[in-house]
Amino acid sequence: MVTAVMTPENSPPALVVAQQTSRRNRARREHIVGWLFVLPALLIYAVFVLVPLLLTVGYSFFRWNGIGPMSWVGLKNYQTVLEVPDLLGTIVNAFWLVVWFSVIPVALGLIVANVIHRVAIGRLGAVARTVLFLPQVIPLVAAGIIWGWLLSLSGLVNEILTAIGLGALTRAWLGDFDTALPAVGVIGVWVLLGFCTVLLLTGMAKIDAALYESARLDGAGWLREFVAITVPLLRNEIGVCLTVTVIAALAAFDIVYVATGGGPGNATAVPGIQIYVLAFSQRQIGLASALAVLLMLLVIVVILPIQRLSREDP
Amino acid sequence: MTIGRGELWAGRIFLLVLMAFTILPFISIFTTALHPSGTVPNGLEWPADPQWGNFVTAFRVAEMPALLWSSVYLVIAVVPVALVIATMAGFAIGHLRIPGARVLLALFVLGLTLPFPGIIVPIYLVERALGIYNTRLAIVLPLIALYMPFAVFWMRAHFVSMPGEISEAARVDGATTWELFWRIHVPLARAPLASLAILLSIWTWNQFLLALVLVEDPSQRTMAGALGAFQGQYATDIPLLCAGTLLILLPTLILFVLFQRQIIAALLQGSVKG
Repeated sequence: MVTAVMTPENSPPALVVAQQTSRRNRARREHIVGWLFVLPALLIYAVFVLVPLLLTVGYSFFRWNGIGPMSWVGLKNYQTVLEVPDLLGTIVNAFWLVVWFSVIPVALGLIVANVIHRVAIGRLGAVARTVLFLPQVIPLVAAGIIWGWLLSLSGLVNEILTAIGLGALTRAWLGDFDTALPAVGVIGVWVLLGFCTVLLLTGMAKIDAALYESARLDGAGWLREFVAITVPLLRNEIGVCLTVTVIAALAAFDIVYVATGGGPGNATAVPGIQIYVLAFSQRQIGLASALAVLLMLLVIVVILPIQRLSREDP
Repeated sequence: MTIGRGELWAGRIFLLVLMAFTILPFISIFTTALHPSGTVPNGLEWPADPQWGNFVTAFRVAEMPALLWSSVYLVIAVVPVALVIATMAGFAIGHLRIPGARVLLALFVLGLTLPFPGIIVPIYLVERALGIYNTRLAIVLPLIALYMPFAVFWMRAHFVSMPGEISEAARVDGATTWELFWRIHVPLARAPLASLAILLSIWTWNQFLLALVLVEDPSQRTMAGALGAFQGQYATDIPLLCAGTLLILLPTLILFVLFQRQIIAALLQGSVKG
């Protein structure tokens, strides 16, 4: 930032004062220019994210159909969400989806990445990486449609079950009250497993091989190595995987909307779907907003501890 | 590393099974798409008389040309603008270190974990009030806005790591802030900008919720949004639905095969920094 050729030490006093004010003016001008740089991003962010965020909080205290007059109801909408089983159930379902979208892909991803790292560093590993990653780039809607067909009564899943002698298990997986939510969960595993695997694999490649050598000298087995070295050193990558997948689970919309629409009954209804239904079919803007606020809080409450744990030094 | 033969083969078979789990769904919808329209075929059966015409029919009823154009239009309208304004903001916050930079950063980071369904209702109402509901702008503007937290955060991370001497040298030569930004810093930021461009393009192409809520005409939506509408219309005609889904997926699949290295790298970096 210092561009003046003359330094204060070797210049006459009057000039020093002039120079200092001009420097202060320059700094001020630069700050204004800097703010102008931020302005476009800030403006559009404010109009389409920050204002809607505040509006959501505001609406949540009113009963409103989106057109007519608004009536203040205080915290009643929140009370409704927490008391009506169908609404509270969406939050419970969201947590079940966390197990499927998050816990399983991360745990399985750790195992798959470890297998690739150990037995398939060459060509097979490269192909496996690409293939497993593929579902991550297609629209979630497409994943929902594809699996909607696979899991249907005459779909591939039932065909395979029949072929291996488990024909008794066949059913319309997405239409059955007991299996619909796990079936949606499987779609999540399909989409997110490759992402977790590849991310964890890049982390594993960075671990110093000497650590494993010395562990082996101490007589550690495969499992010991995995638990004592691999997992702790992958703390950061695991944290990232969990963060991304937990948000995907709690904010799920596309897959559920396409595969089940929240049904049968409310078996697969998640907050995203319920907000959509409340606001755009039932015209209960206030109730939808209260659920939206709870959803946003939920995401923060779940994500913060993950971030803290994964950022800490081992 | 010494690995027993048994473990080697067990590991390879495990990987092959998982790859089959990933690939079989695609194969299944491909064989299904070749069955006569309106029938309910079995999962993996190759049809006696492959109906390649299904793809032609799906191409026509899904209005593929209009759809492709609409999706490309949205990407072109969203990504360059988002890149430019996010880079400018990231530059000011990360490199110029203007007063209030910390507060600004916190404000943007606030939106990083925001679930889209959380603010979709007011976005809809705001757009009705602004009169842009059901136009392409209805998707373009909120998408740019929703990308800002990540994009600004991402570009700031790059600019923070740029040494200040580069700018000082340019200043001595009399460069204005604007010249400093365009002539010196943007060219140096080519790598993070390229990754960000890939990420934002994929996210725009695949965006569903905004397209569903904010635009009624499927042919003005994103690829994902149109696919949703297509499913609604042809849910009962499974071969046609599969053919249409494959057609809509095709551009993404081709791009992924061509640029898989860059795309995987971008998505991974994107999540690590975010």
